[in-house]
Amino acid sequence: MKGVGIVSYGAYVPHFRIVPDEIGKVWGVDGKAMGKGLMISSKSVPAPDEDTITISVEAARNMMSRCAVDPKDIGALYVGSESHPYAVKPSGTIVAEAIEASPDLTVADFEFACKAGTAAMQACMGLVGAGMVKYAVAIGADTSQGAPGDALEYSASAGGAAFLIGAQKVIATIDTTYSYTTDTPDFWRREGRVYPRHGGRFTGEPAYFKHVLSGGKGLLERTGMSPEDYTYAVFHQPNGKFPTRAAKQLGFSAEQIKTGLLVSQIGNTYSGAVPLGLAAILDEAKPGDRIFAVAYGSGAGSDAFDITVTDEMATFKRDAAPTLNELMANPKYLDYATYAKFKGKIAKERD
Amino acid sequence: MASAPRYWRENPSRYNMVGFKCNNCGKFYFPPRIICPLCHRKSVGKTEPVKMKGTGAIFSFTEVHEGMDEHNLQKPYILAMVELDEGAKVTGQVIDCDASDLSIGTKVRATLRKLSEEGSAGVIHYGYKFVPLRENGERPRDE
Repeated sequence: MKGVGIVSYGAYVPHFRIVPDEIGKVWGVDGKAMGKGLMISSKSVPAPDEDTITISVEAARNMMSRCAVDPKDIGALYVGSESHPYAVKPSGTIVAEAIEASPDLTVADFEFACKAGTAAMQACMGLVGAGMVKYAVAIGADTSQGAPGDALEYSASAGGAAFLIGAQKVIATIDTTYSYTTDTPDFWRREGRVYPRHGGRFTGEPAYFKHVLSGGKGLLERTGMSPEDYTYAVFHQPNGKFPTRAAKQLGFSAEQIKTGLLVSQIGNTYSGAVPLGLAAILDEAKPGDRIFAVAYGSGAGSDAFDITVTDEMATFKRDAAPTLNELMANPKYLDYATYAKFKGKIAKERD
Repeated sequence: MASAPRYWRENPSRYNMVGFKCNNCGKFYFPPRIICPLCHRKSVGKTEPVKMKGTGAIFSFTEVHEGMDEHNLQKPYILAMVELDEGAKVTGQVIDCDASDLSIGTKVRATLRKLSEEGSAGVIHYGYKFVPLRENGERPRDE
C-alpha cells in the first residue's frame, strides 16, 4: 500500500456530558467509585436531534474543510457504526449528499461492533491502492446504547471521526495494516433489540486483551518495528483501564498513549473511539512522527495500523476545523433525568 | 404529516443551504425561489442556485415553550432569524446553548441535525439548525 494514507480528517463530539456519580445515584451504586474504576470522569451524550448520521456529517464536513479536495472526486464512502439510525437505508447516503459527494460514488454501511470505522479505513485503503477510486471516506461514529442500570451505562457515549483516504497530498501514510479476527461472543445485540448484551468479565481477557494484543504483536512482527519507534499509540478504549493495561503489556509508555486516550473525558464512543483518538493525535503530530493504532470490535476482532506522518503535515490546514480539545471544551453537564429523556429511555404515550 | 418525497425534494436546501441569487439585483434569497421578489420578470433567466456558507449572525430570536411536538424533548427551544453572511434571512433552531448565551448579533453557523421523524417506523428528516460560535472552543470551518 505504498503512498496510500490519510489526506484529511475531521472529528465531532456532542456538547452534553454526564458524570458517573449522577448515574450511580439513580441505581444505588457508588458512581464515583465506578468512574474511578473505569477511569471515566464524564461521558458524552448526544442531543435528542443527534444520531450517527448527524455526527458523521459534522466529522466529514470538518474533514472536507481541511483540504482542497473536490467532493466529486470521492469514489467511495463508508460509515462504520453499530447505531445506524435505519436498519435498512444506509447512513452513508445522507452523509454523501451532505458533503456533496453524490451521486458518482459507492456507499455502504459497515458494522463490526467498535471497529467498524477502522474496517472501513482498510476497505478505503484497498480501493485507493488498487486505483479504483481517487479518494475514499471512512467514518467511525456511534451513539452507543447502555441499558439503564447496566455497567455499560457508565461508559457508552457518542462521537465520531472521518478520514479521507487517498494517494496524493497524504498527511500520514498508512504503511501496514493487520487484522486479527475470531468468533468470540463477548458482546452482541440481536436484531430488533434496543440494548446490547455482554459477557461481563468475559469481555476482558479472551476478548479485548487477546485480540488487541494479538493485533498489536502481529503488526509489530510484520513491520519489524518496536514500541519505542513510535511517537504515539492509540488503542480501543471501552474504559481507561483496558487500553492502559494493553499498552503496557505491548511495551508502550503512558506518554505514548496520553494524547489518544480520550475515554476519561468523553467515555466509550464505540466505532468513534480509535478514529477520535487518532484524530486527537493528528491534531498535534509533526512530520516524521510514527503512530501505532489498534482498534477492537466485539465479536471479535482487531485492526492494527502502522502510520507515518509526512512532510505534508507542515502545510496542512489543520486550523480550518476544530481540534479535539476545542470540540471537548465547554461541555454542558446533564442530570440523569435529562440524560434519560435525551436518550429516549423514558417511555412516552406517543412514539 | 409530511410525506417522504416532499421533504426529499428540499434536501439540497435543507442539507447544504442551497439558496438563490438574483444576478439582476445581486441579492441572495433562502430558500430558493423561481423569480426575484424585487426584480420580478427582470430576473427571469438571471437567477442561479447558490450554496450559502452557512455562517451568519442572529437578527432576532425567541424561546419557544409551547411548540411543535417534534421538539418536545428539547423544550424550551430557541428559534432565531439568522442573517446569513450573504444577506438572506433564515429562520432556524439554535441548539447546544441556552437563551442566556445568545444576543442579537451572536455569530452562528449551520449544522445538520434531525428536524423530525415520521414516528418510530417512518422516515427521519434531516436539515440545518444553527450553533453559536463560541469565543473559546468553537470556531467556524473554512469553506
